[in-house]
Amino acid sequence: MKQFGLSETPIDPAALRAQLQRVDAGGFVSFEGWVRSSNAGRAVLRLGYQAYGPLAEREGQRIVDAAVERHGALAALCVHRVGLLELGEMAVYVGVAAAHRNAAFACCREIIDEVKAHVPVWKNEHYADGESGWIHPEA
Amino acid sequence: MQLDVLYFASLRDAAGCERERVETHAVDLAALYAELAARHGFRFVPPHLRVAVDGAFAHWSDPPRQGSEVVFIPPVSGG
Repeated sequence: MKQFGLSETPIDPAALRAQLQRVDAGGFVSFEGWVRSSNAGRAVLRLGYQAYGPLAEREGQRIVDAAVERHGALAALCVHRVGLLELGEMAVYVGVAAAHRNAAFACCREIIDEVKAHVPVWKNEHYADGESGWIHPEA
Repeated sequence: MQLDVLYFASLRDAAGCERERVETHAVDLAALYAELAARHGFRFVPPHLRVAVDGAFAHWSDPPRQGSEVVFIPPVSGG
């Protein structure tokens, strides 16, 4: 099964959670990243996400596999949106099932941190003053 | 040789296109980037970027390959 995906349509967290449900799991942790109305003091109206699909899927899969292995989780999924998103929409979802809660929390944390740091996805913030700008954190 | 270069985010804005076919004699991917940066006015220098060829990360010192798809990866901001 593919553990990392890009989606051009809204993410359905209930459907993803259902894919992770299993009887040997004693804990489930999820993280949802939402489009927020401000960043660095500027009012944000919406976000546009671009991704380099083939590399994003390869890197995302590598990250999820490594985190599941490292923390001994049972299963994990991550989906990232692309395209134009309105305030409050879900930009990214991570879900992890594990035998115990520590592994589930740690694995979920690692996946979202690594995805944000390494997967080739870019955020364009559209501001209330009519400007927009691509976010390139280290530049 | 000819290859295709794909652009994303601010590099796409600066280049004014999503992809272009490039004719180059660059000896490596760093030299290819330098050619394109000069043409399009890219503000990034290679230490701020990564480079990928045909959907996998590559090295700046790799020679360009005929017919390949090259992508310069600006600092990412997903999530």
